[in-house]
Amino acid sequence: MTGSTNIYVSGTGCTKVGEHWGTSLRHLAWEAVNLALLSSNTKKPDAIFVGNMLSSSLSQQLNVGALVADFCGFRGTEAITVEAAGASGAAALRQAILAIRSGEINTALVVGVEKMTDAVGPDVTTAIAGGADSDWELAHGLTAPAIAALIMRRYMYEHSVPTDGLSGFSVNAHKNASTNSYAMFRNLISNEQYSRGAMVSSPVNVFDSAPDADGAAALVITSSDRELVEGRSIQIAASNLTTDSLAIHDREDLLTFSAAQTSARYAYDQAGIDANDIDVAEIYDRFGVYAAMSLEACGFADWGSGWEMAQNGSVGLQGSLPISTFGGLKARGNPGGATGVYQIVEIAQQLAGTAKDNQVSDVKWALAQCLGSNGGTAVTHILNVVG
Amino acid sequence: MQVPRNWRLQKQRYSLIGEVCEHCGVKLFPPRDVCPECSHGAQTLYQFTGMGNIHSFSQVFDPPNGHIENTPFIVALIQLEEGPMVTAQLTDIDIEHVEIGMEVEMVTRKMSDDGTEGMIIYGYKFRPPIVD
Repeated sequence: MTGSTNIYVSGTGCTKVGEHWGTSLRHLAWEAVNLALLSSNTKKPDAIFVGNMLSSSLSQQLNVGALVADFCGFRGTEAITVEAAGASGAAALRQAILAIRSGEINTALVVGVEKMTDAVGPDVTTAIAGGADSDWELAHGLTAPAIAALIMRRYMYEHSVPTDGLSGFSVNAHKNASTNSYAMFRNLISNEQYSRGAMVSSPVNVFDSAPDADGAAALVITSSDRELVEGRSIQIAASNLTTDSLAIHDREDLLTFSAAQTSARYAYDQAGIDANDIDVAEIYDRFGVYAAMSLEACGFADWGSGWEMAQNGSVGLQGSLPISTFGGLKARGNPGGATGVYQIVEIAQQLAGTAKDNQVSDVKWALAQCLGSNGGTAVTHILNVVG
Repeated sequence: MQVPRNWRLQKQRYSLIGEVCEHCGVKLFPPRDVCPECSHGAQTLYQFTGMGNIHSFSQVFDPPNGHIENTPFIVALIQLEEGPMVTAQLTDIDIEHVEIGMEVEMVTRKMSDDGTEGMIIYGYKFRPPIVD
């Protein structure tokens, strides 16, 4: 591990993911923060890091850091917004870890919050598409699903993936979300339903594509003591953020998430483990093909064979590498800049043994990897149980 | 609509003018001034032929602002014959005739608009080559 500071997760909380028409950005954040503080022995953070992606374009709100600090009863406390497109929440945690490792603070509150439904239709599509290269992708009409579609079509072509060969990721995600009380989509879907899905951007259909949603999640992390979650200490064993080109046309290889690959390797080195040691993983399954390429990037599958893990059941709760254990982005929902924090809340539950119907047995090491800008930013965290 | 933001890209969008790195020879589009291969300065302008082939493509049904009237439209990654990959729309072709590997040429078309009152943005799209 880089640096000698041990950092623990001492509290977690999140809101239901969905369309919160009656709840504002600040209220969503408070709901998650309140739950995280209730579950933590630490009640007063030294600093607050807020991951958010779209408040400036959809809610005309800048400086969400100060807003959240004030609204949650921490007026005066250091607070800042961290933005890295879809990886904003994970990047906020990364910044909090850097701050604690620096020795400047001991305890941080990490919040991910997104309010998608303050706008609707093409305004939201356009705002999200800004995560890609605005001048050279968005200007030509490229949306986030369109970029995923360009990658997916090439992935299926080069790796000879059969039609509907990526369906297993969505089917698994919905199955896991069906027992998650805060998930957006709790309905089961079948391969047949997947096959009939309306196209968003061919070949990406609605069942390949995670729903954009409102939501907030929060974490208290600390170096001061072994703060307990349900009697066990959850340690952050590794943290890394790596970048690649924002535009997919500038990538060395369209079918490799190279930032995700590098980030995972650094994280394994920090934790002193390898991919085989990971018992559960929350990866960026915003589109089926991203799940497949993330599994490859993290070393869980060979290049070009990630999709097979969904087709043969490896990624199910009883499989060799459970993923999207609470529904993932696909079915728990994708609240943009909050997603990376949800992933940590979820792997912390798996490690603490509090995941109830979604519990994977005997979890010692868990990985969370969040992507921004279609792989332009990759953030990897590895957590484990100690003591 | 952001006039200067589109105006300053007209050379690239109307004529496919990029750059060449004098140090390692790699050709760059879009222009980026620093060569991503060797990290030297790369500010010598280079005119691309506009010929290339389709690396991947998609038909978009859920458009961003500025592209609503044109929906559904086809986007593609085009590998230019000089090397770089470009993201652009295809034109003058139906989706059922588009294939990976197909040859295309650059052509100037209306890219997007800003409603009935605003600017119209022109730039490159790609189509099957017109045979002489």
